[in-house]
Amino acid sequence: MSSQTLVELRDVNFAYDSRPILKGINMDFPKGKLVAIMGLSGCGKTTILRHIGGVLKPTKGHVKVDGQIIHELDRQGLYDLRRKMGMLFQFGALFTDMSVYDNVAFQMREHTDLPEEVIRDMVMMKLRAVGLYGTQNLMPAELSGGMARRVALARTIALDPMLIMYDEPFAGLDPISLTVVGNLIRRLNDALGATSIIVTHDVQESLKIVDYVYFVSNGAIIAEGTADDIIASDEAFVRQFVHGQMDGPIPFHFAGGDYKQGLNLQAG
Amino acid sequence: MERTTLDLWVGIFVVAGIAALGFLAFKVGNLGTYNVSQTYEVQAYFANIGGLKQEASVKSAGVLVGRVKSISLDTQRYEAKVTMSIDKRYEFDRDTYAKILTSGLLGEQYIGLDPGGGSEMLKNGETIKNTQSAVVLEDLIGKVINMLAEGSSKPKAANGKASGE
Amino acid sequence: MPVKKSIVGLGHRTVNTVWRLGFAARFFALTLMYSGTSFRRFGLTIREMFFSGVLSLIIIVVAGMFVGMVLGFQGYETLKRYGSESALGSLVALSLVRELGPVLAALLFASRAGSAMTAEIGLMKATEQIDAMELMAVNPIARVIAPRFWSGVISMPLLSCIFSFMGVFGGYVVGVVAIGVDEGSFWSQMQSAVDFQHDIMNGLIKSFVFGVAVTVISLFEGFDAPPTAEGVSGATTRTVVESSLAILMLDFILTAFMFRGD
Repeated sequence: MSSQTLVELRDVNFAYDSRPILKGINMDFPKGKLVAIMGLSGCGKTTILRHIGGVLKPTKGHVKVDGQIIHELDRQGLYDLRRKMGMLFQFGALFTDMSVYDNVAFQMREHTDLPEEVIRDMVMMKLRAVGLYGTQNLMPAELSGGMARRVALARTIALDPMLIMYDEPFAGLDPISLTVVGNLIRRLNDALGATSIIVTHDVQESLKIVDYVYFVSNGAIIAEGTADDIIASDEAFVRQFVHGQMDGPIPFHFAGGDYKQGLNLQAG
Repeated sequence: MERTTLDLWVGIFVVAGIAALGFLAFKVGNLGTYNVSQTYEVQAYFANIGGLKQEASVKSAGVLVGRVKSISLDTQRYEAKVTMSIDKRYEFDRDTYAKILTSGLLGEQYIGLDPGGGSEMLKNGETIKNTQSAVVLEDLIGKVINMLAEGSSKPKAANGKASGE
Repeated sequence: MPVKKSIVGLGHRTVNTVWRLGFAARFFALTLMYSGTSFRRFGLTIREMFFSGVLSLIIIVVAGMFVGMVLGFQGYETLKRYGSESALGSLVALSLVRELGPVLAALLFASRAGSAMTAEIGLMKATEQIDAMELMAVNPIARVIAPRFWSGVISMPLLSCIFSFMGVFGGYVVGVVAIGVDEGSFWSQMQSAVDFQHDIMNGLIKSFVFGVAVTVISLFEGFDAPPTAEGVSGATTRTVVESSLAILMLDFILTAFMFRGD
């Protein structure tokens, strides 16, 4: 239970085409912990992940991963750092022209000189870890959504990364798969001694497994705390989000102007 | 698709492509016949080269022996200077005639070499002295008109054919 | 003012096009820069040559044959009027080797293999496969784009030769076998008319240039496509249109240079 921080965001601002997306974000991700970033669609959660992965550069502030400012690294340094990270994309992003085996073995083949027999054993172990031993010869098109996501997970942990990021891992899954995936995320995090960051808006599943939560709305952090803190929170937005209330800080009605006037205009 | 089957098909593809190229080069084109091998250069001056172009054939007795390498105007003699590359296998003597001929009636022009019978052979860089320029159509027509004009100014023929109109 | 709007719109579109051309040029430069992997792991390139080259063989062979046969018919028609039927071989061969082989093969390649590449890359981008690769510290340009580029550049001249070959064969079948032009003069006149350096090599250079153009356009459109269904389908259409225009424009430029007739 180290108190060291693996990922640190300080005063991160990001604008796209002069449209501000992130405003003064401060976050800490301690080593070995599972942290969730929650919020509505389009609030900037995935943008934060992209900053941590070094895909985007903040317009202000810095992002540190394992002590290095990731957006100032050169190409080689960036790739070296990325080799220690893994990211699970929303629908798996498996390489459709390769089999399950080749997908999981991809990073091993690209980044190591391990002989094929060793790679074979590793692939089998990773598949077993996610419960899909036996699917190695299938093609991604032949997998169900849940299975594809698990294969992608096996691919993500292929080289035992120190940081694992999940982009909406629970999206579109059936109740059984939800529990399975949630379980896997927690178990893998602890087994690998890794740090995990989950971007999600699935409150139920994530609150079961996370150590800490950040709430993002309109590019700013409006609440943070442990799972229990969040459930007991008084903050209006958090309450609306966590309890799934229809109306609150996030209004039901789109800002569409005066409705009565709109009707009159039509009749007139 | 198995990796080896794939490789096999690509191999077949490449072989087919190269074979097609080979066929084109040798059967359709002239790669086999005209060896871009050893040639020597020879020059000739013409009063008028007509439509002779670079890369035009140089033939002797109808056989292709070389190509026109370059054509330029000699500003001292105001004649066309034609440089030819001749296959080293064929030697021509210094009295050779170089004529500009046309293949067919409307065909492209080429240089025909008529050996003279002399004993000394042309060497690389030497000049052919005897040349005959191309037949220019306008001059030919001019000559014919002159001939007709002369013919009509002669006394009338015995059988009284009036030639003038 | 509708006129002002359309002028502004035109200016906007022109600026966009120039901007995109700059993007495409940078993309091309990156592809060349990261081409090492395509050769060190030549298997990747060979795999792509199967999908773009081998799978285009059928359409190239059939089209080449038909074009040659049509040339045979049309050529004979016209030459007969000048009593030059024996020149049929030269006509068919020169037309194919200098122009029709490289150009038509390239157009067919663009429609079949080029659009397939665009769709494939576009889809990979839309399903985040490219991002995934990037985050796995594998350069997607080196691993995905460059092998496809080299496969196109290598396949194009080969396909062009095969097209010309089938065309000459088709011309032979129609001219000599069907119509009855003298077989001897068909081949001999052809041989004296077609020069390896001037005609065949120039044709090969053309097909090489076309290969580069078509492949770069196909890959760029796929890579740049918006990650939606309409985006990818629009990109494939653009590939075929832009490739075709590029082929014809380049053909004009190259022909003007190569066959100046001096």
